[in-house]
Amino acid sequence: MAIVTVNEDVCKGCGLCVDACPKKIMALDSSRINKKGYHTASCIRMEECIGCAFCAIMCPDVAITVEK
Amino acid sequence: MAVVFAKTKMLCEKPFHYCPGCTHGIIHRLVAEALDELGIGETAIGVAPVGCAVFAYDYFACDMMEAAHGRAPAVATGIKRVCPDKAVFTYQGDGDLASIGTAEIIHAATRGEKITTIFVNNAIYGMTGGQMAPTTLPGQVTTTSPYGRDTSHCGWPVKVSEMLSTLTGPAYIARVSVHDVPNIKKAKAAIKKAFQLQMEGKGFTLVEVLSTCPTNWGKTPQEALMWVKESMIPAYPLGVFKDVTAQPATPEGGAQ
Amino acid sequence: MKQLMKGNEAIAEAAIQAGCRFFFGYPITPQNQIPEYMSKRLPQVGGCFLQAESEIAAINMVYGAGGAGARVMTSSSSPGISLKQEGISYIVGAEVPCVIVNMVRGGPGLGSIQPAQSDYYQATRGGGHGDYRMCVLAPGSVQEAVDLTQDAFDIADRYRNPVLVLGDGLIGQMMEPVDMDKVADRAPAADLKEKNWAANGHIPTEDSPRAIINSLYIDPQVLENHCKRLQAKYDLIAANECRWQEEMLSDAEIVIVAYGTTSRIARSAMRKCREKGIKVGMLRPITLWPFPDAALRKTLSTAKAYLVLEMSMGQMVDDVRLAINGERPVHFYGRTGGMVPTVAETAAQIEQLAQSIAPDDGTCRTEFEKTVRGAAEKIDAAAEVVGKKLDEAGKKITETFNSPELHKKAQDVGKQASDFAVRTADTVAKGVTELFGAIGKAVESVQKDLKDIEQQQKAESDESEPPKDGGKEGE
Repeated sequence: MAIVTVNEDVCKGCGLCVDACPKKIMALDSSRINKKGYHTASCIRMEECIGCAFCAIMCPDVAITVEK
Repeated sequence: MAVVFAKTKMLCEKPFHYCPGCTHGIIHRLVAEALDELGIGETAIGVAPVGCAVFAYDYFACDMMEAAHGRAPAVATGIKRVCPDKAVFTYQGDGDLASIGTAEIIHAATRGEKITTIFVNNAIYGMTGGQMAPTTLPGQVTTTSPYGRDTSHCGWPVKVSEMLSTLTGPAYIARVSVHDVPNIKKAKAAIKKAFQLQMEGKGFTLVEVLSTCPTNWGKTPQEALMWVKESMIPAYPLGVFKDVTAQPATPEGGAQ
Repeated sequence: MKQLMKGNEAIAEAAIQAGCRFFFGYPITPQNQIPEYMSKRLPQVGGCFLQAESEIAAINMVYGAGGAGARVMTSSSSPGISLKQEGISYIVGAEVPCVIVNMVRGGPGLGSIQPAQSDYYQATRGGGHGDYRMCVLAPGSVQEAVDLTQDAFDIADRYRNPVLVLGDGLIGQMMEPVDMDKVADRAPAADLKEKNWAANGHIPTEDSPRAIINSLYIDPQVLENHCKRLQAKYDLIAANECRWQEEMLSDAEIVIVAYGTTSRIARSAMRKCREKGIKVGMLRPITLWPFPDAALRKTLSTAKAYLVLEMSMGQMVDDVRLAINGERPVHFYGRTGGMVPTVAETAAQIEQLAQSIAPDDGTCRTEFEKTVRGAAEKIDAAAEVVGKKLDEAGKKITETFNSPELHKKAQDVGKQASDFAVRTADTVAKGVTELFGAIGKAVESVQKDLKDIEQQQKAESDESEPPKDGGKEGE
């Protein structure tokens, strides 16, 4: 298992990580917004994460850290 | 547990001001990582353009100068002549480099100026609100080509990489894209190679990066990536147009 | 030991001796000897000469090299300096020191290639966009061009601001003896600090943080603060760096103000006029900005008039007028477009001015003055006669008005008028009464006629049928 951490303060909710994830376990959380007013992304099934870091590579705001 | 991916120290803490889904941020990261991995970042000197990347001096964790519109290659020339051992780079958009700054980029290239230019091509003027750029595709609607770019009226897109690769001065010219993960990895390799050849004193290096502008294209970030893939790449084929270290020296990208 | 050197080459060598190792330029007449000399000499001293693709590129290379902390110079002539204005504005905004040389030629547009001083406004008012000032040094000889070029590097570094050396085609092209030994290996001024702000790829320290050389301040309040800080710097330059030269000013009734090439012409003309006894002196601004206002105002104690001599249609004359602030007449004489005023025509201007301010002792110096004076005297005499006659007439009118005879006549006329009025009124009243009587009679007669007709009609109707409704119409 790997750990995906999204820096919610800088995430702009563009969703590019959601599409990039091969396991389809990244999602925008429409129930909450960050201080900039965006629905932020997060990993919704962390146990399935393979740590490929595609989400982080695709993130235009360098908001994602991946550990494995 | 090991860190697989974390923000490079060559990027400052300050969050990017770019619009959601704009791939400028990805390109910033690739440049910063390349500088860091080559061990030339701490003493690098960057030149920011005019355009969306005007605040680049707030993002790269090295000495930076802000240039007038299109003049970054001239400013970088001045810096490089004073600091010949340092990595010097310009980060320029298509309006900056391919319109108002054509003289400066062509002559920096033909002089073989030992700098690296990151040329971000998103086929539009982003900062000023989506006007037609020299790289705007035929038929593309912008705020100053509301009926679509009419080539009979305002000509054809400038193909910068192809044009500059005809010169003797450049050591390395490549066009890459950041619309998906495999291409981002290729883009980083190209940027790294450009810096490496600069430090080896081979000559002028330029990496043209196809980028998005979801806001002014009127598309979602996802649609914008698709547009790069389906509309821009056919017009701006990816590849290496010049590499003085390659054997044989024929440009692989030129044939695409 | 002195050697004969061309102005342009002397400036280039002076810059090198002051530690300038970087030069970026573009060919334009009449300053080409500067880049040519630099291209030969800079590689010999480990420096870098680069011929840029345009003046715009050259000034931006200067910005880059200056931003990286080097002593750097560019040179051009008027049209090329116009092209550099964009870069100069950025350089001032980003506070990068550098030296710019303008060997001015005639304008506007492509103009000519001969010497001129018509870029004074551009040099002293900014030229580029935004609130800014630039120290402008105007040499009057090749030796001074050498000295000022070296000082320019110190001033630029001291204030982190570009300095402009403003010559002209004459200063650049002429040869004069200069003492290059005296200026060899000139060290930077002792007060100059290390450039810890430079973007030279240094590892950041507390004393020298990461460098950002920039003129963009997107927040208006921050930009205003920046501009105020720059203004404080300009005030400091104005207080510390103003230079001028005074010549024969102690008793000068006419003060010539001229700089650079025209100051040399003015000097010769001044000496000629002194020989004729005209009290003329000269104030030569060496810095055009800051302009020596205070020094010029000191000349008010003796000056009766000012003469500004320029190779333009009159630009510095504005600054002289601002300084003198209307307290004395400020005259202008200039040639432009590459034309250089001669000593003779300048001396004639001074002599004419001397005559205009001379006290009136009644002597006529020219035929014209004699004619004018004669005419004026005739007019005066004629006016006196006319005045006397008018006076007499006036007196007679007064006497007549005051005489008893006139009073009696007036009374008689009054009575006659009164009688006439009464008579006339009676006649009118009588006439009116008669008229009303006649009208009354006429009315009576008409009424009688109407009655007769009525009766006649009645009689006729009685004889026939009784009248119908329509018969009333006749009433």
